[in-house]
Amino acid sequence: MLAEIIGHARRDHPDEACGVIAGPAGSDRAERLIPMANAERSPTFYRLDPMEQLRVWREMDDRDEQPVVIYHSHTATEAYPSRTDISYASEPQAHYLLVSTRDPDQAEVRSYRITDGAVTEEEVRVVETLPSEQAAIQRSPS
Amino acid sequence: MAIEVRIPTILRNKTGGEKSVSGAGNTLADLFSDLDDRHPGLRDRLVTTDGALHRFVNVYVNDEDVRFTGSLETPVKDGDSVTILPAVAGG
Repeated sequence: MLAEIIGHARRDHPDEACGVIAGPAGSDRAERLIPMANAERSPTFYRLDPMEQLRVWREMDDRDEQPVVIYHSHTATEAYPSRTDISYASEPQAHYLLVSTRDPDQAEVRSYRITDGAVTEEEVRVVETLPSEQAAIQRSPS
Repeated sequence: MAIEVRIPTILRNKTGGEKSVSGAGNTLADLFSDLDDRHPGLRDRLVTTDGALHRFVNVYVNDEDVRFTGSLETPVKDGDSVTILPAVAGG
């Protein structure tokens, strides 16, 4: 799943890419990857398309899921939340995953909690879940 | 009958944890004022001091984005369903 996110970020470079990973509400398990469109199509800004967001958020609601991970890329700077990322962060339970594609050979991937303007970095750990053999990403505070 | 309003996680501290509340009004602006009487502080999170819809809040009436239907002047009526979602955005 992480490789798919990096692939999405590379494909959309130099524009920022974004999407979510849904998981069962309250589980903190990142299980279902949903790459989404950046309505801004911009190298310095992203915003989920409002109609796509409504559809995806309602689908998560119907499946009793939450956005466990919200990811986006930075295409010219490091994988650290920008001031705008912090001011617009609206899902306090989500892990904000950032991918930097500024280096064409080495993607930088880091994850944060953003709550009330405070940023806390956390470790990213890729795990294989069995028996579905679906790759999942679980995190614990570093 | 009333208008059902779905509240996002981040605003549920204004609704006592309720995922959905109901209200009344002829326009979205009326509806938000009505909701604010029972859920103080909710309106401020949706409407700016200049009386416009906050840029990073998405509001849908019956699944239509209100930015294309008159923003806060969008007409509403009993039986309508309103969804509020904070925009997922950043730089």
